[in-house]
Amino acid sequence: MTETAAPPPAAFAPPTRFAVPGRIEVDGRVAGAWQPATLTEIRRETPRASTFRLAVPGWAGHVPGQHLMLRLTAEDGYTAQRHYSLASGPDGSGHIELTLDHVRGGEVSGWFHEVARPGDRIEVRGPLSGFFAWPGDRPALLLGAGSGVVPLMSMVRHHRARGLTVPLRMLVSARGPEELIYARELGTETTPVFTRRAPDGMPVGRLSAAHLAPLLARPPAGGWEAYVCGSNSFAEHASRLLVAAGQPVERIRIERFG
Amino acid sequence: MNTTRGFTGPSRAARPGLPPGQYDAGDDWPVLSAEVTPQLAADDWTFRVGGLVAEPRTWDLSGARALPASAYAGDIHCVTGWSKFGVRFGGVSLDAFLDAARPLPSATHAVAYSHTGYTANLPLADLTGGRAWIAWDHEGRPLSPEHGGPARLVVPHLYFWKSVKWVAGLELLDHDEPGFWEKNGYHPRGNPWKEQRYSGD
Repeated sequence: MTETAAPPPAAFAPPTRFAVPGRIEVDGRVAGAWQPATLTEIRRETPRASTFRLAVPGWAGHVPGQHLMLRLTAEDGYTAQRHYSLASGPDGSGHIELTLDHVRGGEVSGWFHEVARPGDRIEVRGPLSGFFAWPGDRPALLLGAGSGVVPLMSMVRHHRARGLTVPLRMLVSARGPEELIYARELGTETTPVFTRRAPDGMPVGRLSAAHLAPLLARPPAGGWEAYVCGSNSFAEHASRLLVAAGQPVERIRIERFG
Repeated sequence: MNTTRGFTGPSRAARPGLPPGQYDAGDDWPVLSAEVTPQLAADDWTFRVGGLVAEPRTWDLSGARALPASAYAGDIHCVTGWSKFGVRFGGVSLDAFLDAARPLPSATHAVAYSHTGYTANLPLADLTGGRAWIAWDHEGRPLSPEHGGPARLVVPHLYFWKSVKWVAGLELLDHDEPGFWEKNGYHPRGNPWKEQRYSGD
């Protein structure tokens, strides 16, 4: 995978150049093939979310922020497919990790949370999409809510594993401390924001302009690349705060659940 | 077939009209734009048809509303897996705009572009013959900004990333030129019935 090249000059360019360019080229052949994956470990993260570790011998490697498509197949051939963000960094281990919320009535997340056990086999294809990817090159400002922290955690893990010195900061919103995914792993790069219940001495409230002001008043050299992931309402709220604080709109990447 | 142990899925009253690999989103209509929702007033919306046409034309919302009204009532399909049944969009058939601008015989494809700069490429044949709309109403109400208001393209027989939100124009070309998601690994056409999600599908 390489950095996206500038388009050839002959290509049509819309009059407004507002859209956010992709970060990396995606190999369509790699993304196209379904591959077997074996569940090797299940770790509970919060009362509603667990991490599922999968051995994928044919995994081509990914860039933090990318997602995959996953497929479950019933005896009669019925299949269910979903997209999930990769939680693990690109560690070359032949394993990948996903962190899934248990969605009420969800046929796929229900299987993972109620039926799945180590040794089970499923299928995956990917990694997919070069838009929300972060290769570790530009300063990264990560804003997530709920399980929106998952693709951002892949970036944090990558940053740590490679000992990157490029600035990285994460603001992650959760209803309360017991619902903060990866709580034990979060370090000084992360500021948690609790919207309903907070530990003693910490405020309760939404992500606000005050959280962003210190980061955007003195951005690092080259400026922040902002990555926003969460529900649509969080994405709207967070992206408006970023724009109001001066973050250029073409450097805000948004992944909304749906 | 790689059966998943213990996976049965929902009851098998397969919903007719559900393309392969899709599920019924029910009443939900997820928002999936990858960029900041623009603050675009109805008075500031324009729609241009240019490129390989006899007469490039631009409409504002009142000019577009003066064209013959046309509605789509049916299903939409998102590449992320959900489909939504029985959606109603009100607006004008794209044919009305193209008839006014008169595509040249050499025009084979189009890039639809947004007021944000988002783009999607489509064969011209997917935009004509009553299969595409410029829509400003959803279920009889003005389309919300998050869903592409003041007006969006609606091409319901393709995955919905082709249905450009905040649509600003169509540029007609004599070749196919990948748009935003198509450059990011997605399929050039995106037919949900052939499950053309990603390049190579």
